[in-house]
This record gives sequence, C-alpha cells and structure tokens, in this order.
Amino acid sequence: MTYLDHAATTPMLPEVLAAMAEQWGRVGNASSLHASGRAARRTAEQARERLAASLGARPSEVLFTGGGTESDNLAVKGIAWARREADPRRRRVVVSPAEHHAVLDSVEWLAEHDGVEITWVDVDPHGRVTPAALRAALGDGEDVSVASVMWANNEIGAVSDLAALADVAHAVGVPLHTDAVQAVGQVPVDFAASGVDALTMTGHKLGGPMGAGLLVLRRDADCMPLLHGGGQERDVRSGTLDVPAIVGLATATALAVDGREDRAERIASLRDRLVAGIMAAVPDAQLNGPPLDDLLDGTPEGGPGRLPGNAHVSFPGAEGDALLMLLDARGVECSTGSACSAGVARPSHVLLATGADAARARSSLRFSLGHTSTPEDVEQVLDVIGPVVERARRAGMGRR
Amino acid sequence: MRVVAAMSGGVDSAVAAALAVDAGHDVTGVHLALSQDRRAMRSGSRGCCTVEDADDARRVAGELGIPFYVWDLAAEFSEDVVDDFVAEYAAGRTPNPCLRCNEKIKFTAVLDRALALGFDAVVTGHHARLADGELRRSVDPAKDQSYVLGVLTPRQLAGAAFPLGGMTKQRVRAIAAERGYAVATKPDSHDICFIPDGDTRGFLARRLGALPGPVVDAATGTTVGEHQGAYGFTVGQRRGLGVATVDQRPRYVLDIEPVSRTVTIGTADQTGVGEVRTAPPTWTAAAPELPLRAEVQLRAHGAAVPCEVRAAGDGGLRLLLDGQQRGVAPGQSAVLYDPDPVRGDRVLGQGTVLGTA
Ligand SMILES: Cc1ncc(COP(=O)(O)O)c(C=O)c1O
Repeated sequence: MTYLDHAATTPMLPEVLAAMAEQWGRVGNASSLHASGRAARRTAEQARERLAASLGARPSEVLFTGGGTESDNLAVKGIAWARREADPRRRRVVVSPAEHHAVLDSVEWLAEHDGVEITWVDVDPHGRVTPAALRAALGDGEDVSVASVMWANNEIGAVSDLAALADVAHAVGVPLHTDAVQAVGQVPVDFAASGVDALTMTGHKLGGPMGAGLLVLRRDADCMPLLHGGGQERDVRSGTLDVPAIVGLATATALAVDGREDRAERIASLRDRLVAGIMAAVPDAQLNGPPLDDLLDGTPEGGPGRLPGNAHVSFPGAEGDALLMLLDARGVECSTGSACSAGVARPSHVLLATGADAARARSSLRFSLGHTSTPEDVEQVLDVIGPVVERARRAGMGRR
Repeated sequence: MRVVAAMSGGVDSAVAAALAVDAGHDVTGVHLALSQDRRAMRSGSRGCCTVEDADDARRVAGELGIPFYVWDLAAEFSEDVVDDFVAEYAAGRTPNPCLRCNEKIKFTAVLDRALALGFDAVVTGHHARLADGELRRSVDPAKDQSYVLGVLTPRQLAGAAFPLGGMTKQRVRAIAAERGYAVATKPDSHDICFIPDGDTRGFLARRLGALPGPVVDAATGTTVGEHQGAYGFTVGQRRGLGVATVDQRPRYVLDIEPVSRTVTIGTADQTGVGEVRTAPPTWTAAAPELPLRAEVQLRAHGAAVPCEVRAAGDGGLRLLLDGQQRGVAPGQSAVLYDPDPVRGDRVLGQGTVLGTA
C-alpha cells in the first residue's frame, strides 16, 4: 500500500501510542480534588506546558479542544460574538475563500443565522493571502470582529506570512485567527513571534490522535464559549479533559516540531522527485499552488512558501474522481484534493479561489507525503501514473 | 470479470453486488448521485439517492470488502431523464422515466464510463434474467422489471449483468437478512425517484406553469370544462378529471392534443384500441423478421397481450392487438415479448407509442 494522503491524516508515532497506552490504564478526572484527580491534572498540565513550548506560546494560552474543526468554530464564532457584544458595530468578519470548511462554514452560518457580513480576502494565484489583500479587505477595521487566514492550505500547500498579516490586522485593531492545522510540524510556527491572536491545531495531522486539538488563544483575546459546562478550559471550553489524548497530542507535537527541519528536507526531496516524475510521465500536467522551491519571505530563514509534503497536480481531460479510483485499485492512496460533500467530489473551492477554472479544479489530485513516506512510495506512483491518466482521459470529464 | 455494481442503497442492488462478489468477480461498488440537491434522509419508500442511501450502500460495500465510490451523474440525469420527462408531458405524452434512466444513465453514462475505466460490465439489482444475451422476465412475476429494460440494445446488454432475475424478491430479502445487512428490511422504492412527495402533477405544474385548455367530451362533442395543464392527464386516466357529465357515466381521457391543449374524454366503450403505432423500435438482439406474432406490454405494470407486429412505412411498428386495450398512452413503451413459460418470456425489443387506432 502506498499511502500518500498524510494531509488527511498521518499514522500515529510509536512514541505517541506508548504514551497514550500508559495513560489509558489510569483513573482520574483532572477536575477531581483527590489524589487520582491531582495526578491526572498534573499530567495534563505537563502536557500543556510541553505544547506551549513547542508552539512558542504560554501554557495559559493553550486550550484543549476536540480537534481542528472545534477550534476553528470556537475561534471564529467565539471571537466574532465577543467582539460584537463589546461593540455592536462590529458586524463584519474577514476571511479568505481558500479556508478549510471548518472556517468557511462557520462564517457562512454566522452570515445566514446571525446577521454577520462576510468580506472575502483575495488569494493570490498561488493560494496565499498577501498583506495588501488583507489590508484592503479590513478597511479601517472599525466594523470588523475577527479576521481568519490559514497558515498553510490543506489542498495546495500555500503558506502565508502570518506575522506580516497579524501586523496588518493589528494596525486597524482587528484580532487575527489562523488555522495552522497543516502548518505545525511542517513549517516554522511560533505563536508569540507571529503575533496572531488565536491559532488552531490538531493532533492527527502530525502523528497524534484524532479528536484532540488546541486553540491557542492570547490571554487578552475575548472569546465566547460554544460548549457550556464545567468551564474546564479558561471558561472558554468545557468538558472533561481527555488526558490520554492530551498526552498523545503533546508527545506528537514535540516530536513533529523538534524533528521538523530534517524531516521536511527529506519529505520535500521525495515530493520534488514525485512532481518531476509526474511531469515527465504526463507532460501537460499542471502543478497547482506555489512553486516547489518557494520561500515565504524570499530567504531560507522565513521557511518554505509551500508545505514540504504537498504535491497538487491537475491532469487536463481526466477527472480527479476517476484518477483516484484507478490509483486506489493499484494500491496508491491519495485525494482529489477537493472538499467532499457526502461522497460527491466537488471542484476544489481552493483552486477556484486562486482563479483556476472548474475543469482544472475537477481534474486535480493531491498527493501528500509524510513521516512514513519512502522513495518506494514515489516510484510506485510513477510506475502507474502514465497509464492511469491515459485511462481516465478515455472516460472523459462527464457533463458537469 | 471486473465489474461495477451500481448500488442504490436498496436491498436489491446490495444483494446483486454480493452475488457478484460470490461469483468471483472483481467488484467495485458505485453509488450514483443523481439529484442536484441531495436530501440528507430518505422518507419511506420515496425518493432516491439521499445521503442516507449512499451511506447504506457504502455500509454494504464495506461488509463486502469492495471499493466504493459515488459517481456524480446529476447533470446527465437532470438533462436526459428529468428534462425529458417534463418535455414529454408538455408534448401531451406519458413518459416512463425509469426506462429512460436505464437507457441513458445506467447503461449509457455509467456503462460507457465503466468500460472506459477498464471494467467489463455493470451489475444492477434489476429483477430480470439475462443469459446468453437473452433478456427475459424475472422468475418473480410481481417484481419483474424487464419492461423498463426493454429498451436496451445488444451492445448494452453485453455490458450488463442482472444476478437477481432467477430469484424472488422474498429470496433477495432472505439473503440480505442472512448476511446481516440492515437494508434487508428497507422498504422497496416506488414512484418516481425525483418526485419525492409523489405529486407528479404538482411537480409538472412547478416546472411548466399553468397552461389552461379545454376538456371536450367525445360522447357529446361539447366542451365540459377547463383544465390548468394537459400535463396533468394521462390517456386512460379516470380519476381527477374535474368535470361533471350529464349522464353520470364515468369518463376516461381518450386523447391529449398539445397544440390546442385539448384534453378529450369519453366513455369506457370509446377507450378501447385495437392497433398501436410506435416509433422506430430498438431490439435486444438482431432485428427479427416482420411480421411476427408476439406479446406486447404497454405499461410498466400492465399485462402482456398477444399481437401481430408489422413494419410501418416510416420505420416504426404497427401492432395489431388480438383484443381491445384501454389506456394506451403515447410516450409509453410498447415492449414486445416472445412468450416462454419455461425459461421466461424473452424481451424482443420496444418502440415508443406514437398513437393508436
Ligand atoms: C486546514 C484544516 N483545518 C481544519 C481541519 C479539521 O481538523 P480536525 O480533523 O481535527 O477536525 C483540517 C483537517 O481535516 C485541516 O486540514
């Protein structure tokens, strides 16, 4: 099996499995006052401190959630509500159309049910948000409750410069949230240095468990809760802490962040070989997203402008669906890189946001490499991609 | 063989897929998303291809351990089946959308795509027998679906497999139950899948708007009322005519004339027809020599009646019925069978009804 869908989820690290297994055998609610409770609390707080260190945040800024989707919802809705309550003129939210559905559908829900107005920030042809585009969308910022721009795009791998964007937002007094689910462990992410007010991350994209995530939230950021109850997490998030998952999350994040540079280099070189091989086999294939060797601020210190494991390619005349099915039958697992609504592939909203046409969006595949990827995985794809594309082209594009 | 099993989420296609796996084929499950605006849940026996149906199909595919995908054919379905349905009614005819779907979607769009992708055939849960290229009625006469497959050509039949034709519906449910499939007790779907509330007249009214015209009683030659759209009527229809007649005898729709939008009604003795004319036919095998003795079925759940099949000058058929038939609606298919009580009546082909005499 050739698993090239690490952006969907990546295998758990053995160290994480071991750390979680150890916790599962224990009893203790971190909110209980007895010895077992205190032990659980201590474990959770150690994990919180470890996570804060990995992410350049303070422990009190780290809020445990049930994953990336929850964190995105909490940040976008919670900050929009809190800031509008403080000043009713703040009716606008500013987001990029290339966001993950956890952000997009949150703001669309606010617009439909809660009188919020959405201003879309333009994304450039590579899929990133520039400071100028954000500045234009914010205007004087007076009527804006929150802005949200993802750190790295899950489909086409574009990385935006969040430090520069945070400066722009703060210049007009608007807090900035970023979905860094795909960024942590792949590119340098430092919460404090970036200046963002809220940051989403999740465990299962970096070798940790599913259903465990974080919202890193500045201490001075106002955010209304979505879940009411015990108020465990700074009264912003309620629910008994899932200590085994939290330990897994902290272990995975530390390993992912500490080993980032070497791993990223290794994965990027595999990715580059994959893209070069695909282009050789299918000369009219088109790479989507930033150039492979893109640098965020033009210097190596700024880190890569594209996720190291991301290869997103369009194959004109072939449907992504058909390509995926044919590759699956040959043991290669990837994604159409498009949002999936109830199993029906839709043209990628991200590609459409970059200005690509619907045909290009529908004929795309995302290969995402990760910590278990090997040169053999790449060869496996290159062995079959030519005939697979040829076959998919024979089946045509349908009538959509 | 490498086959695509079209899996609607119902019990029939689930068992058909399972039997294809048992037969040793390399099976890939495919659920067809046919509606632009998919509903989350199914309500009873109505509607189709909801998200819930896709989930039911995926669940069975998961048990079978076969790959499963959803193919989005909503655009094709909308143009070739739904728009065709509306246009046919607008033209005063009574289409059969299930037959059209088999012709244009399952055994054209899906089959062509499957063949292009390297599959050999499409397996469905239709109740009909298909062996050696011969299409025959199911052993379960109550569930037989050969009528809506009568439009298939030899090339299409060569790429089709119907594993359920040799068993009753009861047996199909029993197999599903033995295997523990939750769909074993799922209600059969009936009605038209793209009209989930079952209100065909309301659906057509929304699509076509009010197109009023006269209702003329052939028994007296007088205009007896006005209707809001001839599309609300089908030749042979008795109920819901909305007119009062002096003699108290029931009236039936005899004819729908789309240009003047005249709906002509008459008494029972005026409804019988002895001859049916069709458009140029399709045949399930090499075209037979005409004239020919056969049985003809004139609607999905009608009985077959003996007839003589003759060539008409325009490439169509003239069907001389042995007795009088009621409610023969233009637009329906006249499906021809060669009776065979042992192996099952064989489908010869079909022609779309153009008119009657
Ligand atoms: C960019 C991005 N945001 C949010 C999510 C959702 O995270 P989770 O699966 O933890 O809910 C994902 C992954 O699915 C993602 O790629």
